[in-house]
Amino acid sequence: MSLASQFVNLLAALLLLIAFAMLTQRRILTLIHLFAWQGVALSASTFIVAGSTGQTHLYFSAALTVLLKVILIPWVLHRLIDRLNVKWDVETLINIPTTMLIGIGLAIFAFALATPISQMASTLTRSTLGIALASVLLSFLMMIVRRKAVPQVIGFLAMENGLFLAATSATYGMPLVVELGVALDVLVGTFIFGIFFFHIREQFDSLDIRHMEKLKED
Amino acid sequence: MNYAPGIGFQILQSVFVVLAAPLLMGWVNQCRAWLQNRSAPSLWLPYFTLAKLFHKDAVIARDASPLFRLTPYILFGCMWLAAGIVPVLATDLPFAPAADIIALVGVFALARVFSALAAMDIGTSFGGLGARREMLIGFLAEPAMLMTLFTAAFISGSTQLTTIVETLAHREFAIYPSLAFAAVAFVMVLLAENARIPIDNPSTHLELTMIHEAMILEYSARHLALIEWAVAIKLFAYMTIGIALFVPWGIAEAGNWAALPVAFASLALKLAFAGAGLALLESQLAKLRLFLAPEFLSAAFLLAVLGMLTHFLVRG
Repeated sequence: MSLASQFVNLLAALLLLIAFAMLTQRRILTLIHLFAWQGVALSASTFIVAGSTGQTHLYFSAALTVLLKVILIPWVLHRLIDRLNVKWDVETLINIPTTMLIGIGLAIFAFALATPISQMASTLTRSTLGIALASVLLSFLMMIVRRKAVPQVIGFLAMENGLFLAATSATYGMPLVVELGVALDVLVGTFIFGIFFFHIREQFDSLDIRHMEKLKED
Repeated sequence: MNYAPGIGFQILQSVFVVLAAPLLMGWVNQCRAWLQNRSAPSLWLPYFTLAKLFHKDAVIARDASPLFRLTPYILFGCMWLAAGIVPVLATDLPFAPAADIIALVGVFALARVFSALAAMDIGTSFGGLGARREMLIGFLAEPAMLMTLFTAAFISGSTQLTTIVETLAHREFAIYPSLAFAAVAFVMVLLAENARIPIDNPSTHLELTMIHEAMILEYSARHLALIEWAVAIKLFAYMTIGIALFVPWGIAEAGNWAALPVAFASLALKLAFAGAGLALLESQLAKLRLFLAPEFLSAAFLLAVLGMLTHFLVRG
């Protein structure tokens, strides 16, 4: 195994670890920090892949990741929770040790699913496909077990990180146009979510999305 | 085949671990005091404490059964055995085949069972409380510990600690994400098993929070000294297991007396670092509520399992 491949594996493992940490984290502020660190790991791994395979467009996407997911979106989220004044502990539907066990189950499932695929692949990053899949599933799980709107959105953004890693590991990234489009979508999505937060809070005096189940006045 | 060097190494190591363990304890305490801006106690304080305790007369409760008197010796014996068979200075020891990782965890479990039984033996409420808490922590920490060790075992293809050390010390340089996960999990287990700060405070006698201290409240004099010594050896053993698994470089090869000074020096250096690191970690963390301990330990378990899975996935 080449050194670059080892580094990519290490960074992918770090990304998965951060996904787990986000799943078990109670505080929103720490959640945002973890999200930013996940972006750092992702862009570093993209950068190494770009350097060792000569795919120049990956440099751009690494830079884009740093700009968007490490600086801009965390900053927006910081502003949001400042404005919304939500810094309380995140409530989860299932208690945290159980969530962790479910998470381990998902990781095993993802790894088992990805192993046959990565054995056929010949890319430098083939072994990280399982990790990418696992972090997508973990972000899904995070969206499911969280009650409040802000952590759900962070889960959504983290899922995008996982998908990005999957794209890098399977095919050395998508074409630059697609990546630009996705990045813009994520940014716009964050802003729309931000606006939604205010509307939800205005309507229900809380960001707990359980209230949205009873939209009709009776 | 010449057994003499091996036996010599074995005796040397067994004596060395017993004598050096309180020094490590003293070093950790000294570092902790420095970090907390207190004037540090002497490095030799644990030895003075042990000497003082050995000179006192033991007070034993009227209702104590022989088990209560026997337990300190069993504890000391278990810890000595564990620390004696871990490859600390050299890999080629006559007792090394016994240093199977599963057996090691078993030895620690044996010590835990006896200390819990002895704590409940007198029938004071503190003893029972401490014993129950200890068993709670123990049953959560053990699977995490085993998973950590299995990760290393998978990489080297053996559960024999000496084989693991030899494989890991001789590999070409490579980044093992699985070992990194396992190392973090191991540190968390080490903190929990040795009654260090996020789980238990080694220097408290506050009834609401103490775990380990609650179990040994009834002991005095030579029994207490043996238990304290066993605790020091346990910490030493855990640290040497960690060193053997994750930073095994510099250990003396089979029957190579000449490598011994280097092995000594590197071990002392690593232990000094590990002790300072432990003190730093403890100063950074706050003690967790008891009911958060399962969360802490399931995180350790999760890390260990992730390490193992990562090993299968990326073969490294």
